[in-house]
Amino acid sequence: MDAEDVMEPKLGLDPALVREARELAAAAGQPIVELARTHTTVSVERAVLRLAGLDGADDDGMPWVNRLADAVRESAGLEHGVALPAWDALLTGDYADLRTLARDAAAGKVKFRVPEGRDATAAGAAARAALGRGIATIDARRAERDAMIRETAEPAKPWIYLIVATGDIYEDIPQAQAAAREGADIIAVIRSTGQSLLDYVPEGATREGYAGTYATRENFRLMRAALDDVSRELGRYVRLTNYASGLCMPEIAALAGLERLDMMLNDCMYGIIFRDINPRRTFIDQRFSRQVHARAGIVINTGEDNYLTTADAVDAAHTVVVSQLLNEFFGQEAGLADSQLGLGHAFEINPEVPDSFVLELAHAQLVRELFPNAPLKYMPPTKHMTGNVFAGYLLDAFFNLAGVMTDQSILLIGMMTEGIHTPFLSDRDLALENVRYVARAAARLGENFRPPPGGFVEQRAHQVLAEAVDLLRRIGRDGLLGAIADGTFGITRRPADGGRGLDGVIARADGYFNPATDILEGAS
Amino acid sequence: MTEPAASVTGQVIRPYGDATGDGRVQVSFTLPVPFGTEEERARAEGAAHQLAAAMGLDPAMVVHAKGIGPDFTFFIVYGRVSHLVDLSAVTVARREFPLLSSAEVNLRIRAGLGRKLVVLGACIGTDAHTVGIDAILNVKGHAGEKGLEYYREMRVVNLGAQVDVDKLVARARAEHADAVLVSQVVSQREAHLAGAREVASAFRATYRGERVPLLVVGGPRFDPAMTQDLGVDKIFGRGTTPREVASYLVHALAPPARDAAPESPARDAAPADAGRAAAPAGAGGAAA
Repeated sequence: MDAEDVMEPKLGLDPALVREARELAAAAGQPIVELARTHTTVSVERAVLRLAGLDGADDDGMPWVNRLADAVRESAGLEHGVALPAWDALLTGDYADLRTLARDAAAGKVKFRVPEGRDATAAGAAARAALGRGIATIDARRAERDAMIRETAEPAKPWIYLIVATGDIYEDIPQAQAAAREGADIIAVIRSTGQSLLDYVPEGATREGYAGTYATRENFRLMRAALDDVSRELGRYVRLTNYASGLCMPEIAALAGLERLDMMLNDCMYGIIFRDINPRRTFIDQRFSRQVHARAGIVINTGEDNYLTTADAVDAAHTVVVSQLLNEFFGQEAGLADSQLGLGHAFEINPEVPDSFVLELAHAQLVRELFPNAPLKYMPPTKHMTGNVFAGYLLDAFFNLAGVMTDQSILLIGMMTEGIHTPFLSDRDLALENVRYVARAAARLGENFRPPPGGFVEQRAHQVLAEAVDLLRRIGRDGLLGAIADGTFGITRRPADGGRGLDGVIARADGYFNPATDILEGAS
Repeated sequence: MTEPAASVTGQVIRPYGDATGDGRVQVSFTLPVPFGTEEERARAEGAAHQLAAAMGLDPAMVVHAKGIGPDFTFFIVYGRVSHLVDLSAVTVARREFPLLSSAEVNLRIRAGLGRKLVVLGACIGTDAHTVGIDAILNVKGHAGEKGLEYYREMRVVNLGAQVDVDKLVARARAEHADAVLVSQVVSQREAHLAGAREVASAFRATYRGERVPLLVVGGPRFDPAMTQDLGVDKIFGRGTTPREVASYLVHALAPPARDAAPESPARDAAPADAGRAAAPAGAGGAAA
C-alpha cells in the first residue's frame, strides 16, 4: 500500500508546474474548508449520535438518531451541536441511555436547552466520554483489520474490484463469496438507487432494493463477517467497499468505521454533480466523513470516472486531474494519508478516436505520476460499451492492459455486458479470465514502457496537466462554488444554493461543541 | 431496405454461418452443474447437449465447457437450426418522422410555433441516474450530437433526479411545457412501467380537458411499442440520440405548413441503429 512499488517517472513532468497545480488546488479548496469548519449539518450531528452508540429505529423505520436530532433542532437548535443539549437532557432527565431519551424526545416529552456553566461542563464531559468509547471502537476495528491481514495475507496489486448488487443482502453474500473465490480482492456492494437522497440511513438487514442493496449497519456487519470467513478460507484478505455519499455521508462513514469496512466511495463533488445534492451540504458532510475514514484506516475511492461518462473523455481529461487534486487536498486536510487516497479515473475515450489507447495510456500514466503514493482506482469503459459483447470484451482487455502497464492499484473489472444487464455469473468469470490473462502476459510491460521524450504520450500528458493548471487558475478566480455553478465538472450546472439538503446546513454558533470532531482533529 | 443477398428464396431465409442456408448459430449459457470429475464433466456436456437440442440446435457442438466455481459450468455451443425466417412476415417499427438537422428543427419551430418550444425533463421516482436525460438535454449531448439545450428555439428545463410526479406536473403547468421527457434508467420489478403509467395518469387528471403536453418516456428497459399501454405519446429505447428526440418533438408539435419536403433517404436510412449507438441511458451502472 505504501511507497514500495512506486514506479519511476517517465513523462518528464515539470516539478514546478506540478507544485503550482497543488498550490492552486489548495487555494481553491481552502475557502471550502473554512465553510466546513464554521458549519455543521443534520447528518454530521446524527453521526455524532451514532458514534455514541445510538442505533435502531422507531416503528415507522425512522432511525432514533433522526428523531433525537430533529427534536433537539426544534427546541434548542443545532447551532451549538447536538451533543450539549442531548447529554444535558440525558443527565438532567436521568435517562438510562440515548435510546430512551430519543423515544421520549420523539414523543415530544423532552424540552432541550443549550446548558450553561456547570451543566454545560457535565454534559460536555459525558458526551466526550461517550464519543471516546465510540472512536475507541473504530480504533479497535482498525486493529482488527491489521490482525486479519496478518492472519491471512495482503493480496498482490493490482487489486481486483468486483461489484455485487442483488438488492438482497442474503443473496449478495454467496455472490460476494463466489466472486472472492474467483479472484476478487475487493467486493463492492452497490447501493440501492436513490439511497443517496434519503435523509436517513435505513435499519437492519434488507432483502429488497432497487438496482442495489441498501447500505445499513446490519448489512455492513453481515457482509464483513462473510468476507472474513472467505478471507480465512482463501488465505487472502478480501476488502469490502460501500458508499459514503449522499445526504447521510457522515453517518455512513461512522457506520463503516464501526463495522470495519475497508474502502468507501467518497468523492468531494460527486453528490453535487450527479445527485444534485446541495454543494455546501456536500462539502461540510464530506470533511467530517473523511475525518472518520482517516481514523478508521479506510481507503476512500473518489469518483472522477463519472465526469467522463457525461463529458468527452479527451476534452474533459483535465477536469479529472483537477478533481483529483481537489480530492487530494480535501482528503489530506481531513487527515487521510496518501495511502488512503484511492483517486479515481477511467478508460472512457471513444474507441473510434485514432490513438484512443495511446491517449488512455498518457492519461493513466499522468495520474500515476502525479499521485505516486495513492492507491489509484481505475474504472473500465462503460460509455462506449455496446450490445456487441465481443467488441466489449476486447475493449475491456485493452483497459486491463492500460491498467497493468501504468501500474494502477485497483482495477474495477469491466463486464462485456455493461449496459445490458447486471452481470451473469459467466460474464464475471470471463471478465476475470480477461484480467488474469493480461496481468500474466504483460506483467513486465510497465517497466519496459518508456514513452520517448517529446513523443505523443509525453506531449499529451503535458497538455492535460497544463489544461488542468489553467482550469485551477480559473477556479481560483471564480471560487470553487462558482465553478461548480458554471458546469465546470461533468457539464452539469449546480448553483451553491440549489440542490437537495441545504435546509440541513447550519452555521455554527460560538461555543459549538462536537466531541467527535474534537477527538478526530486532535488525533490528526 | 436492401434485399438480403444470400437468401434461400429471397423471402425465406436461415441463419448464415459460412454458406447460404447452413443455419449455423452460436449460443452461450451457464448450467448449475459441477464440472469437476470426469463423470461430472461428461454429465455436464450431456446436459448442454440436451438443452441445445431442446432449443432446436441439431447437430450441436459443445465447443467450450468450463467450470465456474464448484457448482456451475459455462458452455459455448455451435449448432445448426432448421428454423426458417419469413421476411414477408417481419414487422418493423419504422420511425414515423424524418431525422432533421438542428437548423431544420429550429426553422420548423419558428415557422410552426412562432415561439420557443418548451421541454421539461426529469428522472422520476427513486431513479437517481440522470445520465440518460442529461445525454438528451445537456448541451454536450451524446454520440456526437448536441443535446436539446443547444437548439436555439427550445427552452429546456431539466429537473434532474428523483422528481415527484406531482412536482413534475405542477412544474409542467408553470412552465407551459410543450413536451415532458421522463427518463428511467434503473428499474427493478418493472418499476419503469409503473412510473410511466403514473406520469400519464397524473397529467390527464391534472390537465382535465386542457391540452396535455406531449409525454415522452425513455430508458433502456422500455419497449417502444408500448405507448398505448402506458398512455404516453412516445417511447424511446436504448441508443436514442438527442437529434432523434428533437426531430420527433417538431414532428409532433410543429408540423410543417405544407407537406414536408421529401425526406432525404440518406438521412433516414438508419432507423434500426438502436444497437449501434452507445446507450446513453444504459451506461453509468459502474459507479454508485
